[in-house]
Parts: sequence; C-alpha cells; structure tokens
Amino acid sequence: MKLIDPFRDPEPIKSAIRHLQPKAISCADQLGRPVQIMEVCGGHTHTLFKFGLPELLPKQIEFVHGPGCPVCVLPRAVIDQAIALATRADVIFTTFGDALRVPGSEHSLQAVRAQGADVRVLYSPADALVLAQQNPSKQVVFFAIGFETTMPSTALVIQQAAKQGFENFSVLSHHITIMPTLRALLDRDDVLIDGFIGPGHVSAIIGEQAYRDIADHYQKPLVISGFEPLDIVQSIDMLLTQLVEQRCDIENQYTRVVKSKGNQAALNAMYDVFAIDSEDALWRGLGQIKDSGAPISNAYAHFDAAKRFALPVQNQEIDCSGYCDQVMIGKLKPSQCPHFGKSCSPQQPMGALMVSTEGACSAYYRYRPLMENSEVV
Amino acid sequence: MCLGIPTQIIEITNADSALAVVELGGVRREVNVALLVEELPLDQLIGQWAIVHAGFAIGLVDEDEAQQTLATISDWEREEPAS
Repeated sequence: MKLIDPFRDPEPIKSAIRHLQPKAISCADQLGRPVQIMEVCGGHTHTLFKFGLPELLPKQIEFVHGPGCPVCVLPRAVIDQAIALATRADVIFTTFGDALRVPGSEHSLQAVRAQGADVRVLYSPADALVLAQQNPSKQVVFFAIGFETTMPSTALVIQQAAKQGFENFSVLSHHITIMPTLRALLDRDDVLIDGFIGPGHVSAIIGEQAYRDIADHYQKPLVISGFEPLDIVQSIDMLLTQLVEQRCDIENQYTRVVKSKGNQAALNAMYDVFAIDSEDALWRGLGQIKDSGAPISNAYAHFDAAKRFALPVQNQEIDCSGYCDQVMIGKLKPSQCPHFGKSCSPQQPMGALMVSTEGACSAYYRYRPLMENSEVV
Repeated sequence: MCLGIPTQIIEITNADSALAVVELGGVRREVNVALLVEELPLDQLIGQWAIVHAGFAIGLVDEDEAQQTLATISDWEREEPAS
C-alpha cells in the first residue's frame, strides 16, 4: 500500500542498519556500555518486535520500552470507576476495545459485560453520540483514555454534545499527557536513557517544540519517529549521529506527518475542553505523576461522568504484582518477570503490559519464539 | 493505541459536520476531517492523504516529504561499497 510498503522494504532497512553500525560501535565505545534508547510509544514497541528489529540492529543498541501505552498505564482504580458506571442499569458504557480486558481490582470490563452489563466497543468517540441519540432513555458514557493523539477527538465530541445540548451523554476521562511523564522518568535516578525515539502521532498534535525541555534541561536527544520499520531505523541513525557529535537536539524524522508547530485546530479543541497539565494523574506502575492529568474543564463539567454520577475521587493506586513497574522503567525485561508466560499471559493478563498488543510483555510473548530462533541462528 | 493509518480522502459527505469518506486498500469508511481544515479548505482535501486515528483525521501526509525520507535512505544504499 502506498505510503506504507516502501517503508517496510527489507533492502533499504538492511542498508540503513549497515549505515548506522559504525556509529553504534563508536557510541558504545565512548559510553563503555551499550547505548540505551527509550522508544516512548507503545506503537514503536510493537513495530520493533513485529519486524524483529532488536535482532537485526547492532548489539551495541539496547531498548528501554517506554510508558507510552495508555492502556498499559491505566490504574486499577480507574477501571473500578468504569465498572461502577458500566454496571448501572441506566448506563450504556462505551469504550475502545483496548480497555476491555484491563484488570481492575476485582474484574475487567469484559468480565462485567459477560455478566450482563451493557458495555459496547466503539471505533470512534463520535459513535457514542449516535448511541446517545438512539437511546434517549439511557445515559451513554464514553470511557476516554489516551495521550494527545486521542484527546482532540474526545474534545470535538464533547464540543458537539454541548452545542447540540445532549443531556444523556458524558465522558469518564482519564486522558494523560506525555511531557510530564517524560520529566518524571528523567527525574528518577534509576533509569538509564541515552536518547528517546519520540511518539509520532502525539507529535502530529503537539509539534516539535513541546519537547524542548528534554534537550535543554535534561540534555538528552529526542528524534520524533514514524511507525514503519524504516522510520525507526532512520530515527536510531539520527539519534546515534547526535550522540557521536555530542549534541542534544529535538529532531523530526516523521516530516511527512509532523509539522513543527503541530496541529493548531487540534490544540485549540484540546485546550478548550480539557484543563491540560492541571492536576496530578495516577499511572499504573508509576504512581502519581505531577501535572500529567487533563481533567475536563469547568466549562464542560456538565459532560464529566465522574461529576454527573458523583464518583469518589481515586488517587491511590491499588498494588499489583510489583513487577510491572520494573518492566515499565526498563529495569526488568518482560521475560525476567516470574509471572511472565505462567500466571500472566495475553489470554489471562495479570498486568496491563500483557493486555494491549502495544504492551512490552504482550509483544515479547507474541514474538518471543521468533526472537529465540534468531538467537540460535 | 496511538495507531494512525495513512488513508486517501475520496469525497466530502457532509460539509457542515466535516465528514469525509477515506479509503485504504479498497476499504472505505466515513471519518471526521474537522482537524484538517486549518491546513486546507474542505474542497481541496479530496485526493489528499491523511492519518486517521479513532475515526478522526489528525494530520495530512506530505507526499513530497515521504519521497525525501526514502531518497535519503537510497543515497545511503548507493554510497555503500560494492561487496
């Protein structure tokens, strides 16, 4: 397919890997250890494993799988809130499919659906408004999760609901933003990262300059990357070039989609509907992250399901297995977790990293046989 | 979760609500293109490629930039010593 296939062609990918090899060796020599690159976005984690890139790339490059999978960082407490709404007789609860199997403290949305709760999977938040129109006697709640990529869509739907005066539509919002998260990671002293592969579609909304702090304050290079294997390999080349030249800049490999200033129409909608970076948010595995939450603003409070249904505030994460957080900050490889592939699998996930196909554990589980084969060869 | 797919805009189906039909690999569906109209007016969107995420087009794809990215890698291939 146009705009996809040329970026998956094996020959240019191999050539680009040969091109970056001397830089990887030189960087690792300078550092006295392998180069640690964090791919922030779960979509990049998925591409890495799907195309077997860690095995094709020089062994001097190691990946730290970042926290950028909104499903993987959904706290149990928020799933419990979702379940409290979904099990009300007067509610049609709507969600993206990704969130269905994430375990709460006792159940998942999928489990309560099996017991009769009206939980529906939507492709787009706009479909929730259609449902609200078709079911005037029900309250339709949309479970809004995701980073800046998804926030403008939720914002447009809430604006439309306000304009048309919907009384039976509201949003349970757990949107989170990327920059406070990266800051929180870089402020920890137990995370070793030499450079970042930046999230392509978040950046299509927020632009390049939003990341300035990473280079200016934290002195780390970041390259915004597309999602095809050739994009990722070229982004790694650009990161290594910066490291060899001892530079820290924000660079953009994904120029075909990401504009320097982002998408202004999307930013306007987001800032109208959400109070961006205005409160601490709870992340599974990482705890409270300062300013990473984006609650629905006062002007649109009427559409905030947490207020409409007077849900108790959730600011305490319920402890899970204790290993997910170590995988999330790159201290443990997924396969080093004692639950991996035993008590925790994609069929029966204990932790959210095993739920989403973008989660590091799920990607390891799915593609591990391939990796083990390539190690033998 | 932030998955976005490059699709081609085929026709505008509802100008008031900024709805358009997009196509990828023979599959068509209606999406919201309101987030693109600051870049291009609705009637000029037809034929353009856009990244679609959760039923909303979130950005246009610049085909010239795509070609330039591929050309950079081709240059690397040409520079390689013949084996």
